[in-house]
Amino acid sequence: MAALTEEQSMIRDQAQNWTSSESPVKKFRDMRDGNVEAAFLPETWQSMIEMGWTGIIVPEAYGGSDLGYLTFGLILEETGRNLTASPLFASALVGASAFTIAGNEEQKQGWLPRIVDGSTIATLALEEGPRHGPEQVALKAEKSGNGYTLNGSKTFVMEGMAATALIVPARTSGKPGDQTGITLFIVPADTGGVSRHRLQTVDSRGFANIDFANVEVPAENILGEVDAGYGPLTQLLDRARAGMGAEMLGTANQAFDMTLEYLKTRKQFGQIIGGFQALGHRAAQLFTKKELVRSCVEAALTAIDEDADNTQELASLSKAKAGEFMHQMSNELIQMHGGIGMTDEFDAGLYLKRARVLENAFGNQAYHRDRYARILGF
Amino acid sequence: MADSNADLDAFRAEARTWLEDNFPASLKDKGLAPWGARQEGVHVDDDARAWQASLGAKGWGTPTWPAEYGGGGLTNQQARVLQEEMARIGASNPIPAVAIMGVTMVGPTILDYGTKEQKQRHIPPICRGEIAWCIGYSEPNSGSDLASLSTRAEDKGDYWLINGQKVWTSGANAADWCGALVRTDTSKPKREGISFMMVSMKQSGVTTRPIQLISGSSPFCETFFNDARAEKNDLLGPLNEGWSVGKRLLQHERASQTGGRGSGSGPAPKPIHEIAKTYVGTDEQGRLADLDLRGRIVEQVMAAAAHTLTTRRIAAEAKGNVQVSAAQSIMKNSATIVGQLHAELMIEIMGNQGLGWEGEGFSKSEIDATRAWLGGKAQSIYGGSYEIQNNIISKNILGLPETTQKG
Ligand SMILES: Cc1cc2nc3c(=O)[nH]c(=O)nc-3n(C[C@H](O)[C@H](O)[C@H](O)COP(=O)(O)OP(=O)(O)OC[C@H]3O[C@@H](n4cnc5c(N)ncnc54)[C@H](O)[C@@H]3O)c2cc1C
Repeated sequence: MAALTEEQSMIRDQAQNWTSSESPVKKFRDMRDGNVEAAFLPETWQSMIEMGWTGIIVPEAYGGSDLGYLTFGLILEETGRNLTASPLFASALVGASAFTIAGNEEQKQGWLPRIVDGSTIATLALEEGPRHGPEQVALKAEKSGNGYTLNGSKTFVMEGMAATALIVPARTSGKPGDQTGITLFIVPADTGGVSRHRLQTVDSRGFANIDFANVEVPAENILGEVDAGYGPLTQLLDRARAGMGAEMLGTANQAFDMTLEYLKTRKQFGQIIGGFQALGHRAAQLFTKKELVRSCVEAALTAIDEDADNTQELASLSKAKAGEFMHQMSNELIQMHGGIGMTDEFDAGLYLKRARVLENAFGNQAYHRDRYARILGF
Repeated sequence: MADSNADLDAFRAEARTWLEDNFPASLKDKGLAPWGARQEGVHVDDDARAWQASLGAKGWGTPTWPAEYGGGGLTNQQARVLQEEMARIGASNPIPAVAIMGVTMVGPTILDYGTKEQKQRHIPPICRGEIAWCIGYSEPNSGSDLASLSTRAEDKGDYWLINGQKVWTSGANAADWCGALVRTDTSKPKREGISFMMVSMKQSGVTTRPIQLISGSSPFCETFFNDARAEKNDLLGPLNEGWSVGKRLLQHERASQTGGRGSGSGPAPKPIHEIAKTYVGTDEQGRLADLDLRGRIVEQVMAAAAHTLTTRRIAAEAKGNVQVSAAQSIMKNSATIVGQLHAELMIEIMGNQGLGWEGEGFSKSEIDATRAWLGGKAQSIYGGSYEIQNNIISKNILGLPETTQKG
């Protein structure tokens, strides 16, 4: 754990206490079983807003506390541990970052305070195919009058059913695969021509496909420069990846703790199973990875806070390493629990399913290994 | 202890001036080559001798050791500054190498456990690089299960009489002293009858026989004690409590192997992916032409980055004092994975050129890579094997029971 300031320790303790008492995994399970369309509970979201979590990375001038990404990571680690379902990540980290990175003064004033008070739930609607591809944007934006008309589809939009504002990268010139020619638009979700289709994903969280049919967007809703959205989009994605690294670390750490607990209590052949070296060594290797991953996660978040030159490199390192550990850990969680790990009644399956979804979001391990190599020049 | 930036700047200026006055230009970027790792027949020239003497006199070969015993008395931060300043001008510190195990292991353990008299006797010569130490732990039938060791030390009133055999004793043929674990009480359970003894290697009761390694080098030996003697005051720590002393020494060993402490070596080596590009070539996108190899190289590079970040994190959490702790088992295994993967990939990158042994047709760096690959296999064996580290992590850190595992 990085050396924390007093304020950071307070926030971490608050997050630990709140998630374990108010938002344990049981809450998530009940929500899943209740088939809630928004895929989170209003009271969960309301508490987060009241605790100030929606303003962690928002400057004070726009109603936030400006405590930075490392601090946000402490919260996400705890929500990740308990599989807490909410739009916190999509809106208060990704959505808010879009405005702090690319928004003009008017846009910041218009949107950020509403993200902080929860009246706006923002999300990034980026992907158009099954695999992460930020430069593959094809959704068309054509100039019409003072603004643009959007036509096309986005898939797997996080909190897509609950969101009230969509950040939409669209193609204003060039072809899919080109980095230039992408423009970022802010599209209120109730704009005419926007239609949403709920996805029922393996992890029971709130994803949607969204179609755009002749959606009119006025010029004041362009985020940043026309045709030059790829740069800020990359910055935004690196913040998302680093933040998600923290959530993944939390999810994987909980899987580790559950497994270790079981290794210390389950008996077979007249002994505690953790005494079998085949299991003890795997636990030791997982623990080693867990410590290595924490360093990567904290380094990436710190790099963003310090606006460091190697932010891209560290964001990819963090996302890839957290993905690798969480993947392996979620598999071992099932395996080391034996038959009980396969039952829906036990929580292991919830972690395994969540793990794969997080691993795939914003680029999987392979994506980030490739990107890391490119950044290093080979 | 935290130094203010101003203090560190002042120290940097002091170090720079002293280095300018004392470091001979002829040794720039030569690394440790002028000392030839104490191999027989290597002539150490006057400049190298003079540099070692001034560094030793100043105590800066062992920068963080207490000044009263001949160390530099520097804080960790000052030592880092010194290392940076030495790297800047291409200067190396030969003292840890010439002392063999003296600086990395025995010295810190004597500082932890020694009496004032023992420290005064043994520490200053290590600081000056005059005395080399080896470690006599392993025996033919006691490797990982070290506590089963059987070399005996009998109390003969005014001296200890030692009989038995050690093996894999690194540097034994060059060492002046040996830090040995010996059995001083056979009636007690195995860990409780062991003592740590400092034994002179320069006596007729001690003989060594070099063992050749798969890498071709021969830095270690079988060591035979036949009626060898140790002085009464060369028992380190309490009688029959050598197991604790010996374990502390191994923690120092792990700390020295996990990148926690460095000793100022030559210029930084070329990154592995750059070397790969020269052997394998690139495609039209600038990627390494062999995409499978590229994928495995990037995994190694990322593992190395994660390791480095973790070393830094542990240091930051310990507020600048790199502690000897159980966490070092994690770092030793991580360092082993990163290092051995690197070495394997280097050979693969070089293709046929990575498979030379000596002579024509292979460059020096190619032969070095091959030898390093072979030599590096030892990393998962010595200092507590990879498996033993996992036992330590599962038992001591995770609190899992000791049932089918020992060590
Ligand atoms: C280059 C090099 C330098 C060395 N230098 C020194 C030195 O200076 N001084 C010194 O005293 N010694 C030295 N050693 C010896 C080293 O400490 C031993 O080799 C090491 O402790 C392993 O002992 P062993 O070789 O007897 O292997 P063994 O203990 O016989 O191990 C054989 C295999 O069994 C595994 N194993 C053993 N016990 C367990 C267990 N409980 N659970 C799971 N697996 C187990 C091991 O991991 C290994 O894979 C050196 C060794 C090398 C290679």
